[in-house]
Amino acid sequence: MSATPLLELRGIDKSFGPVQVLRDVAFTVHPGEVTALVGDNGAGKSTLVKCISGIHPTDAGEVLFNGEPVHIGNPRDAAALGIEVVYQDLALCDNLDIVQNMFLGREKRSGIVLDEPTMEQLAAETLAGLSIRTVTSLRQHVSSLSGGQRQTVAIAKAVLWNSRLVILDEPTAALGVAQTAQVLELVRRLADNGLAVVLISHNMNDVFAVSDRIAALYLGQMVAQVKTTDITHAQVVELITAGRSGGLGLATDAGTGGNGNGAQPADSTSGGHR
Amino acid sequence: MTTTAVRKDGPAAVTPPPTVGGHVRTYLSRVRGGDVGALPAVLGLLVLCTVFAVMRPSSFLSAGNFANLFTQGAAVTLIAMGLVFVLLLGEIDLSAGFASGVCAAVLANVVTVLGYPWWVAVLAAVATGLVIGTGLGLLVAKIGIPSFVVTLAGFLAFQGIVLLLVKEGTNISVRDEVLVAIANRNLAPTLGWALTVLAVVGYAAVQLLRHRNRVALGLITDPIAVVALRIAGLAIILGTAVYVLNLERSRNVLIVSLKGVPIVVPVIAVLLIVWTFVLQRTSYGRHIYAVGGNREAARRAGINVDRIRISVFVICSSMAAVGGIVAASRANSVDPNTGGSNVLLYAVGAAVIGGTSLFGGKGRVLDAVLGGAVVAVIENGMGLMGYSAGVKYVVTGVVLLLAASVDALSRRRAAATGTR
Repeated sequence: MSATPLLELRGIDKSFGPVQVLRDVAFTVHPGEVTALVGDNGAGKSTLVKCISGIHPTDAGEVLFNGEPVHIGNPRDAAALGIEVVYQDLALCDNLDIVQNMFLGREKRSGIVLDEPTMEQLAAETLAGLSIRTVTSLRQHVSSLSGGQRQTVAIAKAVLWNSRLVILDEPTAALGVAQTAQVLELVRRLADNGLAVVLISHNMNDVFAVSDRIAALYLGQMVAQVKTTDITHAQVVELITAGRSGGLGLATDAGTGGNGNGAQPADSTSGGHR
Repeated sequence: MTTTAVRKDGPAAVTPPPTVGGHVRTYLSRVRGGDVGALPAVLGLLVLCTVFAVMRPSSFLSAGNFANLFTQGAAVTLIAMGLVFVLLLGEIDLSAGFASGVCAAVLANVVTVLGYPWWVAVLAAVATGLVIGTGLGLLVAKIGIPSFVVTLAGFLAFQGIVLLLVKEGTNISVRDEVLVAIANRNLAPTLGWALTVLAVVGYAAVQLLRHRNRVALGLITDPIAVVALRIAGLAIILGTAVYVLNLERSRNVLIVSLKGVPIVVPVIAVLLIVWTFVLQRTSYGRHIYAVGGNREAARRAGINVDRIRISVFVICSSMAAVGGIVAASRANSVDPNTGGSNVLLYAVGAAVIGGTSLFGGKGRVLDAVLGGAVVAVIENGMGLMGYSAGVKYVVTGVVLLLAASVDALSRRRAAATGTR
C-alpha cells in the first residue's frame, strides 16, 4: 500500500430530496493503482463520481487530496486538482477532429489565433506516451473512429492535462472483445505511468484483469474496499448483489437485501470496511 | 510517431495524403462517405449557369448581368452569412429577414428623417442588430424557449416594427451618397485589380507560411503542389471575375461609363474573410462547432454554452443589419417590405444550399456565399427567361428542398460509414 492515498473521501453523504443516495461513504484511491468501483445499478457509483468531479456538491463528509483537505465545488476545482473524468457517453464532438477534441475548451493559442501545430504535436506526444497506435491521422473526425478508438481519444484527452486522477465511467461497456482488450491495456498503462485510476465497471472480467483494488458500493454504502488479490470473483458479485460476502461487507442485520443470495453465511458479523 | 503507425482496427481509414493523387483520393473518399461540403452548390451553380447561358446567351452572359448578380444577391448573402452561425448550433433565426428590415428602417430614419451623417446611421443600424440579437439570444439560452418560436415571434413583431418605423406604408428614401454607393457604384478598375492582387498574395502568404511551419515541425501536411493549386485556383477565379467586371457595361458609353467591381463585392469579401477567420482560427469559433456538435461535451469541456448560444444570435442579427443596409442602398429607400417576403427564406436557402447543415455542427461562411450565388443565379436567370414570380418561388423552394435532402442524406451516409 502506498504511503498517502491520492484521494481520500470520509463520511460522504449525498441526498437528492428525500432520497439518500450516498450514506457515510469512505473511499481511497492510490497513485499508480487502478481502483475498480463496482456496484449494481443505482448503487451510487455515478453519484460518487459526480461528487468527486465537482458536478454535485456533497451534503456531508470531507475530501482529502494528497493528504490535504480540499473543497471541490465545481468541475473547474476538480480539473485544477488534476481530476479528470472520462464519461460513459464519451463527451466527444463528432464534428471535430482528434486534436480539436483533445484540446476542447483548453485550446493553445498564440495571440487570438489557435496554435494548431503546437496542439497537434502535444496530442501526438500524448498518444505516443500512451503507446496508442490505433489512430492513423490526428486530423480525422471523431465520427470516423471506431468505439475503441473513440474511447482511446477520450482517455488520452483526460491525461493530456498532467492529470493525477483519471476516473473512467464504464469505458468498455460498448466495445467488442479486441477493443476492450486495447482499452484495458491503456487503463493499466495509465496506472503504470503513476496516475491514480478509478475504473467503474459492471464487467467482472475487466475488473479482475486490470484493477489493484476493488471498492464495492451497495445501496449507497461502501461495503468493502479490498485488494483484488484478496477477493474472488464470486465474493465481489455477492458484495454487489447482497452487500456482504463472508467476512466482508455489511454486518448481518434484519434480513434486508439478503434476498436471493443463499450462499451468504449467517454468522458473518465482522462489520463493514468503513 | 503514432501518426505514421499502421492501424489495427477501425474503418477503412483515410491515410494522410503525401501526394497529389492521394489528396484527390482522400477527397473522393470523403465525398463518398457523405462529407460532400460545398460540392452540390458548386455543381448546381455550374449546371444553372450552363442552362441559362444556353437559353439566354446574350443577356445572361453579359458583363452587365454578371455585375447585377452580385448586387442582386448581396443582401441575401450577407444575411445568410450570419445565419450560418445560428445554423451551426442547430438553431434557426426566422426573424433575420425582418430584423434586417428594422435595421434598414432605423438607418433611413437616422440619415433621412433626423439628418445625421451616414456613418452614424450605419452604427445605429448595426447597434439595432446587436440589441435584437442579444434579446433573441437571451430568450433562447436563458429562458429556454426554442429558437424556432422565439424568432417566429420576432418575425411577426419586427414586421410590425418596420411598419411603425416607416409610418404605416410610406417609404423613406435614402439619398446619402455614401450609402447609395454601397450597392450602386463600382470600384475604379485599377483599385479592383489592386485588391485582387492583394487578396491573392495575402492568401498565398498565409498558405505558404502555414505549410512551411508545419513542415518545420514535422507534421503531416498537404503536398506543396496542392497548396500551389489552391492559390492558382483562387487567382484564376478572382482574376476572371475582376476582368469581366472591369469590362465596359454601359449601353451608351458617351452618356455614362459603367465598369468596375461593385463596391458591395469587397464588403462581402472582407466580411467573409473576417468571419471565416473567427470560425476557423479562434477558440471562439472552435467552441461554436463544439456546441453545435455535442452541447453536453462542450459543457463538460468548460465551454460557456449559454454565452456561445447568445453570441451567435448577436452575430446573426448584426449581419442581418449589414444586409439591411445593403438592401436599403440598392433600393435607394426603405419601405414596409424591406427584408420581407422571400428575403429570409432565400437567406436560409442560401446557407443550406451552400452546404451548411440544418442539424448543426457543419458549415462555413463560404457556404453562404456559394449558396447566395445559386439563389441569385436562379432569381436572375429565371427573370431573364421571362418566368413569373410564382415560378421563381417554386423553383427556389424545390432547390432548397433538394439542398436539405442532400444534407439529410449525407448525414445518413456519414452515420452509415462511420463505425460507432
